[in-house]
Amino acid sequence: MHIPDGYLSPSTCAVMYAASAPVWYWSAKKVSKTLTARMVPLLSIFAAFSFVVMMFNVPVPGGTTAHAVGGTLMAIILGPWAAAIGVSVALLVQAIFFGDGGILSYGANCFNMAIVLPFVGYFIYWLTSRGAAAGSGRHWFAIALGSYAGINAAALCAAIELGIQPLLFHTANGTPLYCPYNLSQTIPAMMIAHLTIAGIAEVIATEGVLAFTRHSIHLGIKTNIKDEGIIA
Amino acid sequence: MKGIKKLWLGLGLLALISPLGLLATNTAWGEWGSDELTKLLGYVPAGMVKFSDIWKAPFADYTIPQAGDKPGYIISVLVGMALIVLITWFIGRLLARKQ
Repeated sequence: MHIPDGYLSPSTCAVMYAASAPVWYWSAKKVSKTLTARMVPLLSIFAAFSFVVMMFNVPVPGGTTAHAVGGTLMAIILGPWAAAIGVSVALLVQAIFFGDGGILSYGANCFNMAIVLPFVGYFIYWLTSRGAAAGSGRHWFAIALGSYAGINAAALCAAIELGIQPLLFHTANGTPLYCPYNLSQTIPAMMIAHLTIAGIAEVIATEGVLAFTRHSIHLGIKTNIKDEGIIA
Repeated sequence: MKGIKKLWLGLGLLALISPLGLLATNTAWGEWGSDELTKLLGYVPAGMVKFSDIWKAPFADYTIPQAGDKPGYIISVLVGMALIVLITWFIGRLLARKQ
């Protein structure tokens, strides 16, 4: 889902930076009110986890690959605002040092994976887990549904950003200037990859880490979200 | 063992087994480089030629010069995680509420 440079027109890239910037600002303000010094290591750990989980490429139907992101996991533990910052940092390091995702398209990649993903994931989790006891079946189901919805919402956004390129930006004879695939190609390609394999990988990563933290450790850190108990 | 230590250890473990991610050798959809696009399309779109190499990443595709695929991947993961921890730690300390 890391859009490289050259797939989006410079104007699309500018729009996506403009869309992400206010959310970064808002997230920083929100985090400065909720994050305590003791939670800083968790921000680092889960940002690093997001980075490492993206290294586990899995093959998807159609001869390509995809990966989990770990953004909803971070949103459930630290809130979606901290997740937006944490995943953005992971994407920045990937773009600058490893060429995974472009520099011009960094705003778009952050919009998809660091903003849409954790906020949609967290919202669906919050909506479906309301009133459910922490650790109950419904609570675990809400976690699964949230992480599945989050990564698929992000994939859909990426597919739309890519798919509008040949429509908007082409030469006089219709040859695409940037991403050459239109919406009828980008949406099925991205959604088949994420509704199947990558969505399941995201659910496994989220549930796995939450089960690990819940059963094996006592972090002794109060999270700011209502559904504490995830980390006792 | 204290909980937070277990999480750090878990991260280290994931870094060591990260070369499993290399088993899936194909490129992600829509992340093809110029050579792959030439094979797929027969050409590279003009705008892409112009902008795709605007930034040269030092360890492109998680490879470290002379290190070999798997060690290079593991070193990349460790370096990447260290950088992310440093940056988030800095941002976190900057933003965190004073108690």
